[in-house]
Amino acid sequence: MNEHLIIAGKAYHSRLLVGTGKYKDFTETRAAIDASGAQIVTVAIRRVNIGQTAGEPSLLEYLPPEEFTYLPNTAGCYSADDAVRTLRLARELLDGHKLVKLEVLGDPKTLYPNVIETIAAAKVLVKDGFDVMVYTSDDPIIAKQLEEIGCCAVMPLASLIGSGMGILNPWNLQIIIENAKIPVLVDAGVGCAGDAAIAMELGCDGVLMNTAIAAARDPIMMAGAMKKAIEAGRESFLAGRMPKKLYSASPSSPTSGMIG
Amino acid sequence: MQIFINGKLKQLDGENMTISALVLTLNLTGKRLAVEKNGEIVPRSLFLETKLRDGDKLEIIGAVGGG
Repeated sequence: MNEHLIIAGKAYHSRLLVGTGKYKDFTETRAAIDASGAQIVTVAIRRVNIGQTAGEPSLLEYLPPEEFTYLPNTAGCYSADDAVRTLRLARELLDGHKLVKLEVLGDPKTLYPNVIETIAAAKVLVKDGFDVMVYTSDDPIIAKQLEEIGCCAVMPLASLIGSGMGILNPWNLQIIIENAKIPVLVDAGVGCAGDAAIAMELGCDGVLMNTAIAAARDPIMMAGAMKKAIEAGRESFLAGRMPKKLYSASPSSPTSGMIG
Repeated sequence: MQIFINGKLKQLDGENMTISALVLTLNLTGKRLAVEKNGEIVPRSLFLETKLRDGDKLEIIGAVGGG
């Protein structure tokens, strides 16, 4: 199918975005990402390990920037200031790279987003020239405000980060999608391929996930399943589902020509 | 001199060490990293000429796996 996801003016054939955390090692990370077909991969920004031995392998060596679009995130930030500081460092780290994932959390127990701090950070980052893909709650009003601020994609949660609970409020997602003029991606909460397909059938432009793949018994097989689910869900959405009816007096086989 | 690196106090031999020299000392040469000194980002192009002073607070960051 020749249609692309456009984010900040760049076209991607894959609508699956994946995180790079929680894998056994970098080899597994790379194999899972290859199986997922993802082109955009999230990375976290952290203090380097001081006192490491020379030549210690790093994530970026396994995921060369020529092959993937990095999406540095602000995971673990609880204030707008921390998030902005983190992404400015990320921009320096990645040679002026502008595409970022903003997330500001409100609670370490649930990892629920703090939308007030998120909005404050989004305003600063957009003004500073970043292309901001923003993680948020599934509140349609907040999603619209983030669009109006100038974010390049809005990424509501399906359910809480790392929970694997799936899509808890498809109706809110549907309202967000209907109202949005920028791409809407479900970020967080997807647990299995079925969840990813449902998100796409709702009309999402893409899905971002990490734990659903990394914490599967076989991450590489799950990455492949997610790739197919995203494609199947997208085609199902574009094809337009049949209307639901409680029952139908229209059987699939002809009613004429019966034997006897 | 003593400086703070990633929140930890570190004793360095000699004065006027540059960020480039520090990166070498820490076995981080060739690694992709970004440095913040006393709250301000130091562009990589300035590592060679940026000198450290006693009491400086450095953050040295890199990219790691995350979602």
